Formats: sequence, structure tokens, C-alpha cells
Amino acid sequence: MSDLNTSMIEKYRSSFLKEVEANVEEGEWVKMCMQCGVCSGSCPLGKHWDHPPQEIFMMIRANKREEVLGSDSMWMCTSCYNCIARCPRGLPITHIMHGLAVYSKRLGLTPKKQPTAEFSQIFWDNLMKKGRVNELKLGLSMNFKDGFGEGVKNAMANQKLGQNMMKAKRMNPMEAFGGHGVKSPGDLQKIIKKAQEIEESKIQAAK
Amino acid sequence: MADDKKFAGYICTGCGIGDRLDASTLEQVATRDGKMQSCKQSEMLCGAEGVQMIKDDIANDSVTHVMIAACSRRAKVEAFNFTDVALTRANLREGVIWVRPDTDENTETTQEMADDYIRMACAELKAMNKPAPSGEQELNKNILVVGGGITGMTAALEAAAAGYPVHLVEKSGALGGAVGGYYKVIPTRSPYAEPAENPVPAMIETIEANDKITVHLHSTIAKTDGAPGRFSVELATESGSSQTLSIGAMVQASGWKPYDANQLPEFAYDKSADVVTNHELEALAVAANGGPIKRPSDGKEVKSVCFIQNAGQCSDKEGHLSYFSGVTDLISIKQAMYFKELNGDCDTTILFDNLRTPGAGGEDFYRAGQQAMVTFSKGIASEVVAGDSLTVKFQDKILNEETEMACDLVVLATGMEPNSGPDPYALLALEEIEDLDERAKKQEEIIAVAPPSILNLEYRQGTDLPHLKNGFTDSHFICFPYETRRTGIYAVGPVRRPMDIQQARDDATGGAMKAIQAAENAGKGRAAHPRSGDLSFPTFRKEGCTQCKRCTVECPFGAINEDEEGYPMYNESRCRRCGTCMGACPVRVISFENYSVNTVNEQIKNCEIPEEWDEKPRILVLACENDAYPALDQAAQAGVEVNPWARVVPIRCLGSVSLSWVTDALNSGYDGIVLMGCRRDDDYQCHFVRGSAMAAERMSKVGDTLESLNLEPERVELYEVAITDIQRAPQLINDMADTVEKIGLSPFKF
Amino acid sequence: MAKIELSFYPGCSSQKGATSSNYLVSAQTMCEELDIQLNEIPDWNCCGASIGYGGGGELPRLTLSARNIALSEEHNKGQEIVATCAACWLSTREAKERLHEDEQMFKDANAALSEAGLKYEGEANVRHMVEVLVEDIGFDGIKEKVKKPLEGLKIAGYVGCQTNRPFGIAGESFENPMYLDNIVDAVGAESIPTYEKKVQCCGGALAFSEPEKSQEMIKGILEAAYDNGADMIVTPCPLCQANTEIYQDQINEKYGTKFKMPIVYYSTLMSVAFGRSAKDAALDGHVIPAKQLEEIANK
Repeated sequence: MSDLNTSMIEKYRSSFLKEVEANVEEGEWVKMCMQCGVCSGSCPLGKHWDHPPQEIFMMIRANKREEVLGSDSMWMCTSCYNCIARCPRGLPITHIMHGLAVYSKRLGLTPKKQPTAEFSQIFWDNLMKKGRVNELKLGLSMNFKDGFGEGVKNAMANQKLGQNMMKAKRMNPMEAFGGHGVKSPGDLQKIIKKAQEIEESKIQAAK
Repeated sequence: MADDKKFAGYICTGCGIGDRLDASTLEQVATRDGKMQSCKQSEMLCGAEGVQMIKDDIANDSVTHVMIAACSRRAKVEAFNFTDVALTRANLREGVIWVRPDTDENTETTQEMADDYIRMACAELKAMNKPAPSGEQELNKNILVVGGGITGMTAALEAAAAGYPVHLVEKSGALGGAVGGYYKVIPTRSPYAEPAENPVPAMIETIEANDKITVHLHSTIAKTDGAPGRFSVELATESGSSQTLSIGAMVQASGWKPYDANQLPEFAYDKSADVVTNHELEALAVAANGGPIKRPSDGKEVKSVCFIQNAGQCSDKEGHLSYFSGVTDLISIKQAMYFKELNGDCDTTILFDNLRTPGAGGEDFYRAGQQAMVTFSKGIASEVVAGDSLTVKFQDKILNEETEMACDLVVLATGMEPNSGPDPYALLALEEIEDLDERAKKQEEIIAVAPPSILNLEYRQGTDLPHLKNGFTDSHFICFPYETRRTGIYAVGPVRRPMDIQQARDDATGGAMKAIQAAENAGKGRAAHPRSGDLSFPTFRKEGCTQCKRCTVECPFGAINEDEEGYPMYNESRCRRCGTCMGACPVRVISFENYSVNTVNEQIKNCEIPEEWDEKPRILVLACENDAYPALDQAAQAGVEVNPWARVVPIRCLGSVSLSWVTDALNSGYDGIVLMGCRRDDDYQCHFVRGSAMAAERMSKVGDTLESLNLEPERVELYEVAITDIQRAPQLINDMADTVEKIGLSPFKF
Repeated sequence: MAKIELSFYPGCSSQKGATSSNYLVSAQTMCEELDIQLNEIPDWNCCGASIGYGGGGELPRLTLSARNIALSEEHNKGQEIVATCAACWLSTREAKERLHEDEQMFKDANAALSEAGLKYEGEANVRHMVEVLVEDIGFDGIKEKVKKPLEGLKIAGYVGCQTNRPFGIAGESFENPMYLDNIVDAVGAESIPTYEKKVQCCGGALAFSEPEKSQEMIKGILEAAYDNGADMIVTPCPLCQANTEIYQDQINEKYGTKFKMPIVYYSTLMSVAFGRSAKDAALDGHVIPAKQLEEIANK
């Protein structure tokens, strides 16, 4: 657990709801949930959530901080936006779930080896290199995220898929060397670094 | 008398009537069989020319009785509104041509149907008299309002604003009622974002400044005698003085009382001073005087509070209220916001199962509560453990766990109970008990737990307004919510059903208008709902009366008192003109000028019963004019076919049906009888509350009659029919035709 | 009809050698026929897609899209931005709305962009290509251009998630949008308006991280298309297309099914119906060939 986590616990000792309001994307909406459960019933991966969104909202109000932030649930979101489309109270549930996931990751509370958490970091790192996603490298990094041995296994399993894609010219082995990108990745990285700094300074200020 | 009567028939040939039916035959039937002294035809009788023709005949030819053969009596009522004559309608459109197919093989039976309806209408008309005023009318504009809470004050102000003098009677020493002592109230205006200022003080000021309103504090009603237009009300004051008021109509706004939370030991109400009801919390908020709310036990500022919703209500447990008081979730949101306003960062939790926030601003106010950081937890409290800090044990319905929370104060969202007088029928029902000692014993038991009377009516049927369920006053909840079962006395506000301030004010306004209407109606001898405007009234032939008291007991509105000898004493302006007394009378001495045992009997007798070998059965349909008859009219509009053997007679209420109509009809050769009335259980739709139920009770004995005549019991059927039964109502008639076909024609044809 | 000129945001997956390169080829063909000129936003970057949030957080993610909008506003001034990819459209439009609502966020994004001398105004409209088709061209406009009606083909319109929610197309319902069926009808094929999986999620980016859970959903999407007698599925989304097409082998292996359902884009259908060649319609870019379309194109 991180220092940030410790100081957040200190600050919001008994009100996890307030902590969420202050630090989670769209967190100020959590209190407006009226517990109808339409979100949970509308989620395509609903059955795989330990705590579906309706429960997450209730747990936040019930001060169950560790259980929420340590949960694997928010990472089940496929960003299908069904919950947002259906919520009678207009809560931006998809974004709240993303926000909680990011907050938990930032505090170091996300379960280890959560595959979607890992993938999302790999994706981000991939796109940040050249400003555009390099699909070949993305696939390779995902295959090899758990080491060389697992990677070979994964690559073998997906071998046919890769061949099919290459045949259809929708995968290019040459992407391993260079590939697409913006003209000056350095400039883009500067922009994003600045954005990250601004966001980080806000979190630190909230401590 | 007969010499003064002049009978005129009018036949309309419009709307296809002339195309489908032979009008000259109809005219012949009216004059020859129906004995109309004149009969005229019109291609559009409801048009200006047709109406003028009738008006002229009334004015110039002294026509006193008018028979109109056209559309249903429910159509064109404005055009055919001739008040100074006896009037009847033969229904040739909805009753005949619209329910029969236009084919050659049906022409004969269709014409027979129309001929019969003309004969029946003429026969009815012959037995009718022109309604005349009873001479009892009195116009008294004084309105009495019982109860000085928000509801009563609103009724008083509204009646006064309409120009009527008001007497406002309040038992306690001050106006204001239950809400008078509240800190704030649920907002009634957009944006519904925070509790609103209590309106009571301003209302009291307005009332005190209004010279049309006389306020009687410390006063109760010792006796109410009379009827709308001539109520005599005796007030008693605490000091022992009394005064008698002459009143036109009354509004009972006796309000509500909070549920007794001592019946909730599981929530430690009896053990801890820090467990309070929602009603009691208001006093704590007022006592805080703008500072933080303090808990009663030790005066410590409340830092955490838990509201338990539905405490002792919406529950089938013994001693709990089975109903929801409607407003208590909104009240808890309001009170939770008190803590957000007065107690800083107070932890405020509302434990709810189903949060219901009715009304225009209900949902917005709920959101406002959420915005203010009130925590709404879906959970059911099972126990409150008393201690320095209270522990609320509850089942979290979302997280599916038994859990608990600690807090300084617990507020129980308890329900509202009506402040009504004793139910008159609780005692009246005891008259069934023959053993006098036992009756007296039961009587004592009931009286021991009964609340004190509020109105002290000098009525044959008891001192107060009858109840429906859970002690709330009975009124026609769908159609005429203000009409109680005592004409001219209108129950409004939470004595009628649980409601919030805004609803109570709306209710009070409606009730005040109804009271004004009742006073005015009494002045003109007109009936109240649902036969509003009816000028006829029941009278009885004293020499035939056996003093059996059935009319005085069965009148759904307690309109009839008894004199010293046990003869009925009608009170015209209490009467709703349903005819239930007429149906109750075993010796058939009760009648209206234009509706009597005879007017219907004449119709039954004057329908031609074909000989047995004609194989044309006759089915008599006695249809309640409030629901069944309009359902049949609508069915006709929709083109639903009705069997050609049916003859439909509209009646005021099933309660007015005299058993003699049934036996006479069977005796004269009808093959089947269908009776159609309104729903009669607790969720009744009978426009006269008990008429349909009374009829069902009486008809339960019709089996004996059939047996004595050696007839099959399925020849007489009684149905509950709703106005929406457009397919079903004609089907029931057609079913009877099938039954008759199965069991054969009646042996009583001659 | 006057030429429509749009500032085009193609997105990473449409690039040469990427998963939806065939979408770009067919979309360009379709636009040529409909007289739509696509002016690519110069030097555009990735939008972060729906999965980037976990690595990037809020402001960096919004800034990525703000950069694209800023570039469009600078180079394709006055033109509406149009995307063919669902995630690109959603990220860009969402960023625009969020930056519009939140003044601080607007300032912060601009502070970051100024590092590379860019300025975000947030004036340009952000649209999906399908909106242009439905709202500007219209189904009748599409019909007019049809030279080879796709007669005899029964096609399930699979709308998926992000082309539909949360913004919706042309005010259609989220639960049963009809525009894809109407396009299918417009090009002369038979639509399946009651296709029950038309807005079912395919797993999106979780097809990578949670393949089993995603493939279970993909199986349902394919199964329902077969049950409805579909010859092929049409979709407006590159990730939907990829997920439902390329995992069919693995699903067959796991569940013992025999799926071989071609998955095409609306632009594929239109290119063929407008009389263009199989190559222009990028029919060679399919892992599961749409043979019936190839036949029509080669006629």
C-alpha cells in the first residue's frame, strides 16, 4: 500500500463517500443512486462482478473502503454504457466505475495481476510511445505480460488467429520495427506529461 | 287528477332509426297500445326544430307527460331537458338498431323490440307523476367546519372566500392542529429543494382577520339534528356554556393522531428517551431554537441520527398499521434535512425498504436530500438496543447482511391514524343479536374502546360518519371522494385517508365547495351526487306501512329517522334518491313521483310476451343506470350484438329492485332475468355505497321463490358489471339466452 | 447533392496493416460514391480508446482527444469532425462535452496542450460516419446510388455498444435502434429488425484481457444471427467486427460450434451495392470471406 493510501485513510477516516466525491472521476454522483439495481441487471458481465455497481454504491455509503477499492469488480467494465443509458437517475456509472478503478490503482489497492488493469496499462504505454497504437506490439506485450514461458504458450494459442490476420493484411509483422505514429512523439509526450502533472498536483493537494 | 294529465309521444327517425324501423307502426303502437294522446315524428328530434316542437306542445297544449322514442336516455340529455314534465325515453338507437344486425331475416324481431320499448316507455309514463317540491326546502348558507387544523382552516377560508359565513369549531384552545407545532414542512413549490416555512401561523392570522369566520375554541359538538339546509348544531364549551347554531352544511376536518409507538418495544421506544417518533422530533427541532438539535436524555448535541422507515406501519404484525401513511418517507427526508441544517456534519441515515415520495415535488425533494448528503440505506431495522449510544440492528437489503450502526438518536417514521368518531354500524350490527343481555354486553365492549363522538348526530343510524377501513371515513373513493354516507357532511383531510399538507389543503378546498353545493341544493330541493339535481324524493303510504324499519335500517345514508311510533321520517335533503328504501320495503309503500314499484312493474307487464309456440323467449334485464346501462350503451356504439329477446329496463340502483318485479316477471312468462349492478365489496363501486350489496343479500332469497314456482334457479342471475365491461355486459345477456335455449321456455306463458 | 466536406479522424485500427484497415478502404470507396470528401486531421493521435482510462487517468485521457480536436480546428477549420470508429467518436465527443462542462478541466487541458503550442477551442461538432449517412444523406439518398441491389441476402444488423450508447444515432432508441436495418434495406438486402443481440456487448477491449468471458458473449451474438437465418452480420464498429470475426475459430474449438459467419461493415455493403469492385470494397480484408458479396461484386 502506498503513502497516498495512508494519508487518504487519515483524511477521510469515517467517510469513504466524501473521499470518493473528492478524488474519483464523477464521484459526486454516488450519493444520488436510488438503489433500483437497473445497472446491475443491465451489465453484460454482471455475473462476473463480485459487487455489481448498485452494491458498490451502497458499499461506498456504508464506508466499506477496503472492500470497494480492493475489489476486482470495477475492472469487469467493458465500457458498453448500458448502465448509463438505462440509469433512471442519470448517473454516469461507466465513468464512476472507471474512476474507482483508476483510484484504486493509484493507491496501490488493485488486486495483483488483474488482467484488465494490466492490459489497460500496457495499452496506455503502447500508445504513448508513438502517439498511435501499435497493435502488433500490443498483442505481443499482452501475450508476454506474465513472462517468456507464458508468452510462447499464448502466442502458440493465437498462432492461427495471427496468420489469418496477416493473410487479410490486417496484421503487419513489419510493425515490430517502427510502425505508425505521430510526427513528433516527443511533443505529444510533453503534453501528456504536463496533463499528468496537473492531475497529480490535485491529488497531492487533496491529501 | 288524471284529467290534468296530457300524454304526448315523439318518435325520432334520425340516426338510421327511420331506415331500420317502420315509424308508422311505432306511432300506432304509441297511440293504440301506449295510449299517447298525440304522437309526432321528427327526422331529427334533438335538433332545434324538434326540441321547439316539444316545448311548444308543453306550453300551448298543456302536455304534462312526454315520451321520447329516440336514442338512449344517456344521450342528448341537454336537448331533452324538460324539467316541468314527467319524461321517459324509449331507447330505439342504442337499445335496438345498433345492437341488431341489419339483415332481412332480423327485420321482424328488430321491429318487435322497438315496439316493446315504446309500449314499455308509455306504460312507465302513465305510472309517473311530475316531480314536485316537498316544501321542506330551506336555504341556509352557514357552513360549519369541525377541526381547526390546516385542513379545517383551509376549508373555513375557502368557504368564506366564496362568500359563505363559517363557524370553525376547535376542541383545543388554539388553532393549528397537529402541524401547528412543526418546525418546518415539506416544500410545495419548485424547486422542492429544502423544507419550507410552516404555514400555520400565517393562516391563523388570516382567519382571525376574516369577519366571515367565527372561531369557537375549547368547543365540541354536543348534538347535531336535522338535515342539510336545516342542521341544528349544539356547541358545548369547556366552561360548560352552550350555544345552538343553525347550519346549512358541514365539513368534518377532525384530522389525525400519531400512532402509539409504545406498541414498538423492539425499537426501545419505551426504554430510551432518545428513541422518538417523527411527530415528537418536530418538538425537538423547535426547541433547538435555531441551534443544533439535542438528544432528550442528556441534552447532548446529536452527531448521528438514524431514521427507521415504516415503523409500525405497512405491516401485518399485530398492533401495527396495515397501511402506509403516504407521507412519512417525505417527512423523514424533511427531518433528515433539519439535521443537515442545524447539526453541521451530523451523520444522517434513512433506513428504508421502499422509499415512496408521492406528489409533484416528491422525487425532487428526495434528490435534494441526497444532494444534502443524507445517506439512504436500503435496509430493514429489526431492533434498537438502548444504551449511551443507541445501536440499530438492521438487514442491509443490498449487501445482504445483518449489520448494525451506532447513533445518538433514533427517529421512528410512524404512521397516521384517523381522528374519527365511533363507527355507527359497529353498534347497529348488534341489533342482529336477539338475546338482550348479550347484546347489551357486546354494546358495552364496543363503547368501552370507541372514541368519543365528534358530531353527535341525532340519526337513526348512529352518531358519526360510517367508516370504511382502518377507521377512515367511508366515501365513494373513485367517483365522489367527498360524499360521505351522511349527505351534507363532508369529511376532508387525514380523517378520510392519510395525506400530506398540500393534499389536505386541496381536499379541504374540495370539501368546502361540496358543502356550499349541499347547502344550495338543500335550498332548491335538489339531490346531491350522484343523482345531482334530481327533484324527486321518496314518500310512503302510511296506511300500508307495517313499521318494520327495514327502510330506516337499510338506507345507506342514514337519511331516514323513525318517529315515536316507528314510522319512517324522511329527510329529503339527506336523501340521495337511490331507492334502496323502496327496494327494501316488503309492502311496497315507498315511491318517488317518477320512479316507483309501479313504474317498473308497468314496463315489465307491457312488454308483449309471445305465445309459447312462437318460440320467442323474453329476457328481462334490470340494469343499473350508473354503470351497467352505460356499458350497454357503449357496447351498442361499438356494434356489439345483443340477443333480440332481451328487454332492458334501467333502474336507479340495484338496491331499488323490489323482489316483486322478479316474481311478477316470472309469473307473467319471462324466461330469464338478468340483474346488473355495481361491485359491492370493500372496494365497492356502487354509486350508493350499499345498494348493490343490499340487493345481493335480498336476491340470495330469490331461490326460494323460484323453487315455489317450480322454476330452474339459473333463470335469474345477478352480476356485478363495471362501466368498462363493454364486451362482457352484452355477453351476459346473450349467455342468458343460451341458458333459456338449453332449459327451455318458461311454463308461465299464457 | 452538394459535396460534403468533413474533417476525418480515421483512428489507429484503420491504418494500413491494422485490424480494420478494410473498414477504411471501404469507407473511402463509399464516400467517393456519396460525394463526401474526407480531409484527414493531420498528425492525429490515438484517442485512448475505452481501455486507456486505466493507464491514463482523466485529464491525460481528455487531453489526447483535445489535441485531435485542436489540430482539426487549426487545419480543417469550420469542418465537422467525423470518425468511423466507435471508440474514436465516443472518446472525442465525450472529451468535448466534458471540457465544455468543466471550466477547470478546459483550462488544464489547454495548459497541457500549450506545451506543444496547441490551443483547444472545442467548437467543432464531433460526429460518427453513420450520423452523416442517416442525417445528411438519408436512406433514400443511399437507395438512389444503388446499382447492384444486394438481393437475396439476409443480414443481421449488429450495432454493438459504443456507436449506440451513450450518445445514440439520430435520436434512435438505445434498446432497438433501426438505422442499420434501414441501411440494409436501402441497399436491397433483407434486414432482421428483431435481431435480439443487436445491441449486445462483444466484450470490447476485454476480449484481450478476459477472453473467455468475452467469447461467451460473442458466441451469443453469432448464435442469434444464425437462429435468425442471417447470411452475414453487418456492423459499424471496428472492434465489434474484429471480435466477432477473428475469434470464431477459437469459439468453435471451445464450444464445438461450426461458426463461419462473415462480418462486414455497412461501408462494405454500400461499396458493393454502389457497383464497386471487391477490392474497392476491401472484401479481401476478411478473415471469413463474404462470398455472396464477392459474387455480386464480380458480376
